[in-house]
Amino acid sequence: MKKTGLFLSLVLATSTFLGACGTTKETGEKDTAEKKENKFKVGMVTDTGGVDDKSFNQSAWEGMQRLGKEEGLEEGKGYKYLQSNSDSEYVPNLTTFAEGGYNLTYGIGFLLADHVGTVAKQYPNQQFAIVDSVVEGDNVTSITFKEHQGSFLVGVLAALNTKTNKVGFIGGVKSDLISKFEVGFRAGVKSVNPKVEIISQYADSFVDTAKGTSIASAMYGQKVDIIYHAAGNVGNGVFTEAKNRAKKGEKVWVIGVDRDQHNEGMPENVTLTSMVKRVDNAVFEVSKKALDGTLKGGEIVEFGLEEKGVGIAPTTSNLQEGQVDKVKEYEEKILSGEIKVPSSEKEYTEFEKTLK
Amino acid sequence: MDFLDILAIITTATLYTSAPLVFTALGGVFSERSGVVNIALEGLMLFGAFIGIVSTLLLENKFGEITPWLALLFAAVGSGIFASLHALASITFKADQTVSGVAINFMALGISVFAIKKIFDGKGQTDFIQNRIDKIDIPVLSDIPIIGDLFFQSVPLTSYIAIVLAFIVWFIIFKTPFGLRLRAVGEHPAAADTMGINVIKMRYTAVIISGMLAGIGGAVYAISISGNFSSVTIAGQGFLALAAMIFGKWHPLGTLAAAMFFGFAQALGITGAYIPIVKDLPSAFLTMLPYVLTILALTGFVGRAEAPKALGIPYEKGKR
Repeated sequence: MKKTGLFLSLVLATSTFLGACGTTKETGEKDTAEKKENKFKVGMVTDTGGVDDKSFNQSAWEGMQRLGKEEGLEEGKGYKYLQSNSDSEYVPNLTTFAEGGYNLTYGIGFLLADHVGTVAKQYPNQQFAIVDSVVEGDNVTSITFKEHQGSFLVGVLAALNTKTNKVGFIGGVKSDLISKFEVGFRAGVKSVNPKVEIISQYADSFVDTAKGTSIASAMYGQKVDIIYHAAGNVGNGVFTEAKNRAKKGEKVWVIGVDRDQHNEGMPENVTLTSMVKRVDNAVFEVSKKALDGTLKGGEIVEFGLEEKGVGIAPTTSNLQEGQVDKVKEYEEKILSGEIKVPSSEKEYTEFEKTLK
Repeated sequence: MDFLDILAIITTATLYTSAPLVFTALGGVFSERSGVVNIALEGLMLFGAFIGIVSTLLLENKFGEITPWLALLFAAVGSGIFASLHALASITFKADQTVSGVAINFMALGISVFAIKKIFDGKGQTDFIQNRIDKIDIPVLSDIPIIGDLFFQSVPLTSYIAIVLAFIVWFIIFKTPFGLRLRAVGEHPAAADTMGINVIKMRYTAVIISGMLAGIGGAVYAISISGNFSSVTIAGQGFLALAAMIFGKWHPLGTLAAAMFFGFAQALGITGAYIPIVKDLPSAFLTMLPYVLTILALTGFVGRAEAPKALGIPYEKGKR
């Protein structure tokens, strides 16, 4: 508690302080911005994971590099990242970009959501974007993902690979967001094989790794052979349990989430596939819009299959032959509208009726 | 699933997840029995987890499967040294022990995350270790019908070590001269001093031992459960260990039972989803179960928990 209090007051102090700077400089800043109109600049602020975190930050940076290559922007001038080494650096980093006249500044990950909101208010003439979270503000673009569609695809793979006809889902804390993962997964499994039983359990935590091992142990114990997790660090426990069992000769799998979690499953090799969010594609698309001058701000942009915002992991070495094609088949069906992937419990009930 | 399967899941999960708590809470017993409040258990555990994972990652290419055990040793040494800071502040400089403990907690988090970034090129968390302390079936014992399934299958060795250690600690504290002095220093340091016991030295020793055990606890958690280290690997387990120690009335065996009970209540909450009738209850009840049981146990069964008399008071020679 003490820490949060201190942190909050620090943030408040810095923001009022910097806010004051912003208003005094505003008029001068405008003139220069007009002069170098055709100079487009885009920046991103990482969360504490750093730019090579094999996750959102890295993916976002790859998106920017691609943008730089295709649009002839120079690294460091046209596009740039600032690494945050602690929570207290989010606001200063975001402000650095805003002060530097960057046309678009990204905050990567939900940890930066509040800070993007704060800074965006102080620089109403510049555009901001937040990845994987929703922030209100006329100049903030919120990038979210259609997790249910990606989860549907890994559900398809789970149904194709299960030997026991029992698969599991472990969620972090029950919420609308995590429900999207669960119902998408269920729908995917049932579309392939309605006979497969799905067991779901929530850990009521995103950090309690030990609880992850216990839940996974209980699931594997009753012949579940594939578990899909959407539970952050709790998922690490699922991996540990699966690795323990694999070492003893049991054939069990984990399906990763958010990024390609193939490495988490090594050396016992227990990652079947992962549901990945393509932050790189999202960053690329939104930046491009900003470059073309069509980015309005104040919008929630959802990246689904159509926008190549979600999908299965690039590592497919643990899948059987033909299964990738099968996934493609379902992708087409979703894209053509033949399958409408449910995103809530209610929609799922509707969806289930169409199966029979 | 039949009853025995469910029971086996509960017992093995209890043994597995409570081991880190047992180590850490036993560490707390040493420190607090000597009269030094050790709210720093969380930080010491975190530091142990950090050293455990880092040394495993750096050494596993060379030492292979025994690396995790070496890492436990390093974690004990590292956290022991780290704990001496707490001793220095609260014993020599007579700082408020709670404040010093809180400072240690913050420092452990800061140092470890900073060091991870320096060692692993800016990453916020480490990679996963290749050699863990795995759950194993104990040879021979696991073949005993029923008992073998319940207590000797799929449990890491560290869990048994933790239990044995609790008995060793009980012996040390209640049956040896060292233990008697330790308790004397925690109950009435002035009297102990007149009897020729070096209060400062006793307290230093106790705090450092508590750091070593908490370090092992953290490392056991990281090496047998989480498999990597990040800022949230240890998130509250140290405080849970502190609670287990108080719940166990500062007694090593009571502490063991309390730590096991915490693990048990959680395992029960998890497996409840597979027990007929129970599974039809709203899941919120099952999640609440460990906490409700804890409160019931605390209010109903254990009675008043009495702390060592001189707990939290720095010793000043000649002061009455």
